[in-house]
Amino acid sequence: MTSLQVVFLLAAALTLASALMVVTTRRMLHAALWLIVSLFGVAAIFAILQAGFFAVIQVVVYIGAIAILIINAIMLTRRVMEDRGPQTNPIWWVAAITSALVGAGLLGLVLRWGAWSNPIPEFPEAAQTPLNLGKALVSPQGFVLPFEVASVLLLAALIGAIFIAGNYIALDRK
Amino acid sequence: MNFWQNPIQAIGDWLTRLLLGLGIPDGITTFLVMVVGVVALAMGSMLFVIFLIWYERKLLGRIQDRLGPNRVGPWGIFQPFADMAKIFIKEYITPVGADKVAYNLAPALAVGSVLMVMPVVPFTAQILGVDLNVGVLYIVGVGALGELAIILAGYSSNNKYAMLGAFRVVAQLISYEVPLVLSLLIPVLLANSMGMNDIVKAQPVWFLLIVPLAALIFFIASTAEVGRAPFDLVEAESEIVAGFNIEYGGLKFGMFYVAEFLHAFTAALVFVTLFMGGWQGPGVEQFPLLGGFYLLAKTFLVHFVLVLFRGSLPRFRIDQMMDLNWKLLTPVALVLLIAVAITDKLLQNSGPWPLGLGLLAVNLLVGLGTLALLRVQARRKRVERKIVAPVDKHPIQNEALL
Repeated sequence: MTSLQVVFLLAAALTLASALMVVTTRRMLHAALWLIVSLFGVAAIFAILQAGFFAVIQVVVYIGAIAILIINAIMLTRRVMEDRGPQTNPIWWVAAITSALVGAGLLGLVLRWGAWSNPIPEFPEAAQTPLNLGKALVSPQGFVLPFEVASVLLLAALIGAIFIAGNYIALDRK
Repeated sequence: MNFWQNPIQAIGDWLTRLLLGLGIPDGITTFLVMVVGVVALAMGSMLFVIFLIWYERKLLGRIQDRLGPNRVGPWGIFQPFADMAKIFIKEYITPVGADKVAYNLAPALAVGSVLMVMPVVPFTAQILGVDLNVGVLYIVGVGALGELAIILAGYSSNNKYAMLGAFRVVAQLISYEVPLVLSLLIPVLLANSMGMNDIVKAQPVWFLLIVPLAALIFFIASTAEVGRAPFDLVEAESEIVAGFNIEYGGLKFGMFYVAEFLHAFTAALVFVTLFMGGWQGPGVEQFPLLGGFYLLAKTFLVHFVLVLFRGSLPRFRIDQMMDLNWKLLTPVALVLLIAVAITDKLLQNSGPWPLGLGLLAVNLLVGLGTLALLRVQARRKRVERKIVAPVDKHPIQNEALL
């Protein structure tokens, strides 16, 4: 076993174990903290795949922004901090069936892949620059449509958040 | 290889040869040499903090017309050692109801997040930990870990003041990250690279002179990221006792203390690297080690300004701090980024002089435009609130009439 494989196995085990802790731990805030550990594992896997840009972006966006927002939301929500109630709700079986189906589908796809023993293809040095990624994101032959659709979605979320937080109804009455 | 061209590389090579000579396998040798390098860099930074604490206290003392530390050793230079000994032998107290793992993890994470900036900073053209091609983004990501440490400390201490302090600092850090990243993009744009060393190499003329407004926004935002005065709402003694680190004592408090002092220095280091040419200076081609000296000299200059800020500016109120960020810095940074991008593209092929002057003109234009808009806005507000004081009446009376 090469050292790269050892590192990969460690990162994968860390990711999966902490992902399991996210859904089983009883305190909400601990779940958020375990989520951060899990996301770190994903960043490490990106780094193993020589995708340094994605590893850094994973940390900046998922840990620096999303996880911290989740923690803030938990802290600002009353009573959730010391939540000790049941961990499931009455429709847990719907979630169980859905996740079982999705899991089975993914497993089936992975099993049909069949390229387990392939070595990691060497990335040419030139392909690693974020420049190529940027060009792909805005070129019509590349991913400009999904990129723009995602931007519109984020814009809608932004406007919605401003509307909810802005309290415009109260302002109108004045 | 000439030793004085790159002493660190020479020492590393020597160590590698020594270990290989002892019969240790190749892979393990590489690993061990890397570990030695990492430990040396981390220890060097930590030891440097001892000097930094003394320097800053002495400087603050002079600013406030005191002597600063002056009892232990000549000019009180051994004061930090005495402090260190005291902090080491203090009792460790864990508050009741604290979340133990998070409580103990937070100080280490705080120091670690600051130390993690060091590897990507090019000290000279050759001496640098890693030449990441996304070095600038890496610095932003590492900053996020610092935020995490503060949230952990605030939450796990089981103390309402600590929690309030953590909330404040998170609001502040997340907000100021926006103009920070936007102004960071401008050197990236001009250097056509996100690698720190490439950005330094692109600066025979400092970016500070070409895009002064971007440098100013970056400097203000990074002061806020460091949590230095006037942005030190985290530890407003008069409002929330001491903020997120209130329940910490002994070495764990010392870790936060070290992180704060080192963070101010690394912020200056990053500013110098991005906007003041890093190791660039006369004669670095012949003597690369001079670059390290230039970097350090420039960094101390910027750090001196940070300490001057700390010694002379009063603390912002939280709404003022948010206003400054969202109503001034962020829009200006956005406009500036777009304007610089367009100018850069238009003048791309016209040689360095028109490009530099064009960028400078755009910067000044955006800066003066902002000032003019602010003046109009402030005047309108004063007229609206009728506090454009008539000669015979005190403005407060007018406000009472409203």
